[in-house]
Amino acid sequence: MSIAPISFEHHQSAHCENGVISNLFRYNGLPISEPMAFGLGSGLFFTHLPFLKVNGIPGTSYRIWPGLIFKRVSKRLGIEMYSESFRNQQKAKDALDSALDKGIPVGLVTSVFYLPYLPAVFRFHFNAHNIVVYGREGDHYLVSDPVMGAVSTIHKDDLMRARYAKGVPEPNGKMYYPLQIPKNIDFKSAIIKGISKTAYDMTEIPVPIFGTKAIRYLAKKLKNYPADLGDRKATLYLGNLIRMQEEIGTGGAGFRFIYAAFLQEAGKLIEQEWLIEQSIALTKTGDLWRDFAFKAGRICKNRSIDGTSYKELSEILIECSHQEDKIFGTLYKQIKKI
Amino acid sequence: MKKNEVPQDGDNLVKGESNWLNYAVDQNGEYVQEISVGWEPENIALEQAWEVVNEKVEEARTKVLGGQLSPIAFYMEVNIMDIPLLANYMDKYQWQVRRHLQPDIFKQLSEETLDKYAYVFKISRTELMNVPTNKNTK
Repeated sequence: MSIAPISFEHHQSAHCENGVISNLFRYNGLPISEPMAFGLGSGLFFTHLPFLKVNGIPGTSYRIWPGLIFKRVSKRLGIEMYSESFRNQQKAKDALDSALDKGIPVGLVTSVFYLPYLPAVFRFHFNAHNIVVYGREGDHYLVSDPVMGAVSTIHKDDLMRARYAKGVPEPNGKMYYPLQIPKNIDFKSAIIKGISKTAYDMTEIPVPIFGTKAIRYLAKKLKNYPADLGDRKATLYLGNLIRMQEEIGTGGAGFRFIYAAFLQEAGKLIEQEWLIEQSIALTKTGDLWRDFAFKAGRICKNRSIDGTSYKELSEILIECSHQEDKIFGTLYKQIKKI
Repeated sequence: MKKNEVPQDGDNLVKGESNWLNYAVDQNGEYVQEISVGWEPENIALEQAWEVVNEKVEEARTKVLGGQLSPIAFYMEVNIMDIPLLANYMDKYQWQVRRHLQPDIFKQLSEETLDKYAYVFKISRTELMNVPTNKNTK
């Protein structure tokens, strides 16, 4: 059986979670941009967890944990969401089909590894990829994957694998969609809450593995990578840093540009010129992050043990941390005053 | 990043399939969206990640062909899995999967277990019983 496709408007985004939020909310009558979703959801972050290793490489993240952006945006805008996970795969399929039959586009959490429409080289086991399914035709579902330029289709068996991927985290067939969007939304209060949280996370958490302190912590470790780890491992660690910063779904410069775009949009919306100034400052820091990735990439490619290069990279990170200290410190203090 | 600085470094690895959205500022300082076909450091990091995967696959292939490991070891690497993850997909304990990596134990596996491995690896049971002798079959 096939149902008439819902006329779902697909907009490409830099990052999957923001993109799904933006696309789903727009469909439900609330047009919000990707940067706005990212900012209201306090998506920007930095954490370096040397003890939490994935494939033997320490975890580094430029954003907060998957799923949290969605939760925060909905809460701050007062949007009621349906969200459910399923132990039973058949039930998960039935719930999806029944929502589609009612004409509801559905957000799903999936694993990148099992999405055949994505370019093969990007398919690793990343289990927190968000997509929208907005219809089905025979054995295929119609997919709006926000990081893709256009809509795609996926076979029902592949979608099931993607929804039931194992590892960390496990999607468990999670699906979600907005139930009700309030008529009058207080964007100003949501923007203030969103910025306060990010500014706090970046500068105030008294643990050195979170926020700008973590950037300095990483910088210190990075300086000694060649001596501590040897040539090969040092470049692997470095390569992973670049991937976390730049790969599919980051939007470049470890989300700094998306957040700067948010600050600009927010500053105009609630008429706060100083937010636009901070946006300009963050764009500059984003460029510095790009400089870091560029030089790190060159080191990975040449694979030479060159202590000075790692030292130089470490210094760029320190500079990033100081600039972000200043930006998020200002945001933290100023946002309380409006 | 300025709009005209959005990187356009396509390479052989991504074969023109990469087109991701970036945010950059235009000449008026306004944030706009711009498509990027790839960026050198990202390409390098991605290439590096696949090199690690391919090395592990080749190492496993050699060991399987040399009779030291069962084909499960090879297909596990092809699917970028490790023992904990594969055990999770198989609903088995890690020690069980580890045993199945031994060629002698592998020969005694039930059809049901073999089919489940084949399902997890998205291959047929015949494919599971053998590993390709040449590189780059996948």
